[in-house]
Amino acid sequence: MRAVAAAFYKDLLLGWRGRAQGMAVAVFGATLLLLLSFAVGPNAQMLRQLGGGFLWVALLFSSTLALTESFRLERENRAIEGMLLLGVHPAAIFYGKALANWLQLFVLGLLLLPVMVVLYDPSLDGIGGVIGVLALGTAGLSAPGTLHAGLSSQTRAQQVLLPLLLFPLVVPVLIAAVRATSLLLLGDPMGQARSWALLLLAFDGVFWPLCGLLFGHVIEE
Amino acid sequence: MNETKAAIEARGLCKRYGRTWALVDVDLCIRPGEALVVAGRNGSGKSTLLRVLAGSLRPDRGEVRLLGTSLRRGRAALVGHASFTYDLLTGMENLRIAARLLGRPSGPEEIQPFLDRVGLGARGADRVQAYSAGMRKRLTLARALMQDAPVLLLDEPYGQLDPPGFGLIDRLVDELRAEGRAVVLASHQVERLSRICDRALLLDAGRAVWSGPASELPFAFQRLEEASIRAVAG
Amino acid sequence: MEIASAPPVSPRAVRGALVALGVGILLLAVGWYQGLFVAPPEHYMGEVQRIMYVHVPTAWNAMLALSFAFLSALAFLWKNDWRWDARLEAAVEMGVLLSFLLCVQGAIWAKPTWGVWWDWDPRLTTTAVMLVAFVGILALRHLVDDPRKRAVWSSVATVISYASVPIVYFSVRWWNSLHQVQSTPQTVDSAMVTPLRINAFGMLFVLIAFVTLRSQIARRRLAAELAPPPAASTALAAGGER
Repeated sequence: MRAVAAAFYKDLLLGWRGRAQGMAVAVFGATLLLLLSFAVGPNAQMLRQLGGGFLWVALLFSSTLALTESFRLERENRAIEGMLLLGVHPAAIFYGKALANWLQLFVLGLLLLPVMVVLYDPSLDGIGGVIGVLALGTAGLSAPGTLHAGLSSQTRAQQVLLPLLLFPLVVPVLIAAVRATSLLLLGDPMGQARSWALLLLAFDGVFWPLCGLLFGHVIEE
Repeated sequence: MNETKAAIEARGLCKRYGRTWALVDVDLCIRPGEALVVAGRNGSGKSTLLRVLAGSLRPDRGEVRLLGTSLRRGRAALVGHASFTYDLLTGMENLRIAARLLGRPSGPEEIQPFLDRVGLGARGADRVQAYSAGMRKRLTLARALMQDAPVLLLDEPYGQLDPPGFGLIDRLVDELRAEGRAVVLASHQVERLSRICDRALLLDAGRAVWSGPASELPFAFQRLEEASIRAVAG
Repeated sequence: MEIASAPPVSPRAVRGALVALGVGILLLAVGWYQGLFVAPPEHYMGEVQRIMYVHVPTAWNAMLALSFAFLSALAFLWKNDWRWDARLEAAVEMGVLLSFLLCVQGAIWAKPTWGVWWDWDPRLTTTAVMLVAFVGILALRHLVDDPRKRAVWSSVATVISYASVPIVYFSVRWWNSLHQVQSTPQTVDSAMVTPLRINAFGMLFVLIAFVTLRSQIARRRLAAELAPPPAASTALAAGGER
């Protein structure tokens, strides 16, 4: 537990020092939101309906950049090997990093949210719920994302391999988060958003323990 | 079993990278307070041996025992080619994070002595990206000392250091041995190390080809050179 | 944790696989004949429905192959035995091949029946997601040269990808609630069930044969990759010992 806190603190500090990089990722996400609307055309009605989906696609694409960066810093001077050599348990390294990545992606989502609101003009009644969905959904991206980023950071073709492995895995996160977000923004007469949020929770409940269990295999040589 | 438990004991270590063997059947044994120099040319397996002894690489065959128990990571501190540091953070922050991970007190006043000991006392507030290679080496050394491990593994300890740094290493090795720790140094600077170590192991192509008192290492090393020149010539 | 040496290629397994292959082909010949000529055409879909006789067995066997890959991955992580790595490689490749065929057959069936090539039906969509996920794992295996890392990493990726399959299935199902009900043998004519079963077993035998043969090929590669160290070159050793 102490080691998790130490690893989490370390990743937060690194994230803060590298905030210029983080801001660049956020700008990339905002650019994606802008570009995705060109695929639809200036149809305000349609854009409003698709806004939730665009937000999550932008978030997913930006997340691979953030995840890759977090392991680039570890690989640079083999810092992750250094942590293992201090006798730190791999699971502690994983949870520290996954929590930090979660926070980072959640903040990224919070930054993209106003951009999406401005561009697509959804109703703001359900915005509190959307923030909750952002928290659950980014948690679903961060655990498998941290595992696969750790794995692919050690291979050639890291840039291709991470999305190739991660995207199919997080299809349920994408589906559930997009549905829940859209329902909250466009009106949810049947109260379905709740069950989508539960699906996200279930995904997180399966993958946070599982990925922590497997992370040691990935980083030990 | 016998009088003192070996600080570190390895039997039949084999390690491969893909299809090439970096280590083949290497045995070694060091008692607490001893210093062993592992010599050999580039690519002879010195670094791999140290990383296996640290627990960083899993041997394909063989076993490492540390003070009579099977090796656990964290019991042997490694100063290797990689500095294990984050360039975005300061020297002090890097050490404080290591201290937190180790569960040691991590206040600046607890960390400062380690920086002083390796001669970085005045530079702790600078980011590591502004450090020279020699300063990074010193920082990694401080980190290893903080680990307070019974075994220290130093890979090319003199590499990138300035002449005062050479003296620092020699002094540290003496101090660590006086504290009853075992030190393993890998280097091809055989002359200098043969003076501060007790025993030596000569590696060639991943195999231990000679072992004996450190004082005889320079001769063994020379014979190896001659033999390989003959092998190339013949 | 000691790692076992490479498993030898087993001639007995190869012979067994060839027998299974023969049995499988025989069963498939009978099953296809029955499916194409003996079984009655389906009431609503007509002759097109005959693709079911390959489609449904493909679906079952694709699932079986990937489940076996999952078990192999768990077994490798648990036992560190290279035989499971060879099996994993074989099972993932067969699973990918069958999933790909499944998507193609699904599209061929969907066009005349639903009027579209692709339908966001949960089974079809899940298969497509699985296909992409396991193609990623094959890519991973090709990108890693170190046999140990390749084995461990692809096992890890297989375990978590497989764990996500049911969640993918349910999420797609909720996402798109308009879908066909699962066709189980109970809801179809018994004249249809017989060729379906024969084909399913025929394909199972072929699958077992291919997985066995492919894992023997993988063993052959592993044997080269995991060869023991060469004997010491005597000139240098002698030079040191004198």
